[in-house]
Amino acid sequence: MRAYLLRHAQVLLSSIGQLARMPGSTLMSVGVIGITLALPGLLYLLVANAERVSSEWHGGTHVSLFLRAGVTAEQAQSLATALVDRADVNQVRIVSSEQALAEFKELSGFGDALDALPANPLPTLLVIIPEPRYEQPELLEQLLVELRSLTAVELAQLDMEWVQRFHVILKLIRRALIVLSVLLALAVLLIVSNTIRLAILNRREEIEIIRLIGGTDRFIRRPFLYNGMLQGLLGAWMAIVLIALCVHLLRPPIQVLANLYGSAFRVAGLSLPESLIIVAIGVGLGWLASRWSVGRHLRAMQPT
Amino acid sequence: MIRFSQVSKRYPNGHEALRRISFTLERQHMAFLVGHSGAGKSTLLKLITLVERSTHGQIVVNSRNLVKLPHRQIPYFRREVGVIFQDHKLLHDRTVFDNVALPLVVSGVGHRETGRRVRAALDKVGLLGKERLYPITLSGGEQQRVGIARAVVNRPPLLLADEPTGNLDAQLSDEIMDLFHQFNQYGVTVIIATHERRHIQRLNKPVLELKDGRLVHDGASIG
Repeated sequence: MRAYLLRHAQVLLSSIGQLARMPGSTLMSVGVIGITLALPGLLYLLVANAERVSSEWHGGTHVSLFLRAGVTAEQAQSLATALVDRADVNQVRIVSSEQALAEFKELSGFGDALDALPANPLPTLLVIIPEPRYEQPELLEQLLVELRSLTAVELAQLDMEWVQRFHVILKLIRRALIVLSVLLALAVLLIVSNTIRLAILNRREEIEIIRLIGGTDRFIRRPFLYNGMLQGLLGAWMAIVLIALCVHLLRPPIQVLANLYGSAFRVAGLSLPESLIIVAIGVGLGWLASRWSVGRHLRAMQPT
Repeated sequence: MIRFSQVSKRYPNGHEALRRISFTLERQHMAFLVGHSGAGKSTLLKLITLVERSTHGQIVVNSRNLVKLPHRQIPYFRREVGVIFQDHKLLHDRTVFDNVALPLVVSGVGHRETGRRVRAALDKVGLLGKERLYPITLSGGEQQRVGIARAVVNRPPLLLADEPTGNLDAQLSDEIMDLFHQFNQYGVTVIIATHERRHIQRLNKPVLELKDGRLVHDGASIG
């Protein structure tokens, strides 16, 4: 067991030496891997931060319930009381037709013209704010259907405010993040397998000799696997540095913006577990790519 | 040690390199393999090291049936056969020591034991003291000796040499042949492919002669 570990340590050291002997090409591939891993990392941080921002805002969804013309103020009041008792309703606010008219006069500037009307044309309005945990499209839809079936109701209208749209957009970005991550992971696989391919071709003679004197494929594969994993490791480290740099550059202006809105929001960088996940992904992809590349080339090489 | 029965080798391009070869080489014996270039000497050696597979017939080497040997076992089998190549096949970016140590590293021999055995092998071929040099700084004869040291370093029971003296002058090639003769006297089975009749007469060992893929003279098999 000790001898086995010692051998692995030797291969690891010689792999490091090999990468160090070709600093130019090593730096190139590590840089490309770093940028490729940094892109989804940054997008992930964007989504994570945006979610934190939006969680500060409360709801924003409400249902406007316009009552029929003949409904009296008392009837409206009792309906409001009944609705508040529902599990999915948090709060009901009554805007009487008089209040609405006054508000409209003030805001529209048609004051005198409205005075000329024989009667108040505006209906009574109930503004219904749902319980936050019921703020899901299907549940809101159900609430809306039930409200519409009430006899006193002329029109029920769901106002999905921009917070809702924002959440939908975030969901979309998150979906895009997954697709992008898969594509970029493929890119990393191709980059690493290409540099491994070059390394194998460079050492073709050595591989042939090792095979002739009885080296197993496992033995031949080992240094290339370490090579691939090291590239992945360095690439992941590069990605973490790049992301930290971006966060560092963006933090001050975003801080200013948040202060303008009176928010205590602070941009979050990568946490330690998140950084470790990037490292694991980098090393894993490096291993996979070199395993694939070496396997393919060893099978094609003579003697077997 | 080596037994061929009715062995044929046909390459995918249709060329029939060996036709119905049968011979036996006993353990601890030594034989020369002769014939013109293209007669099938290299193919025969490649069959023994499983670089090529026979298309017909049985081959038994060191009590192993090569026809039935699974692919995964090939590396372990090759460790029992030391091979010397005409072009040495040394690694030029490694020192003499590292080149000779390679078969031991490959089989996972410990560090200290490796050093001991490498020095013993280099001592046998007369290169002790050159272990830190790179092969490129050595003469052709010395490079061939490095190749020989590498072939014997893990003490295989069988040695194969493919034109080991091809590029050397008479005196150097005599020395190399004497070296093989010595290993044979230590009990190693040796086959040397060569086109130089001189060595055969000098060492007086049996001859296997190939012509157009057929065995036309068998001085090695007993009975």
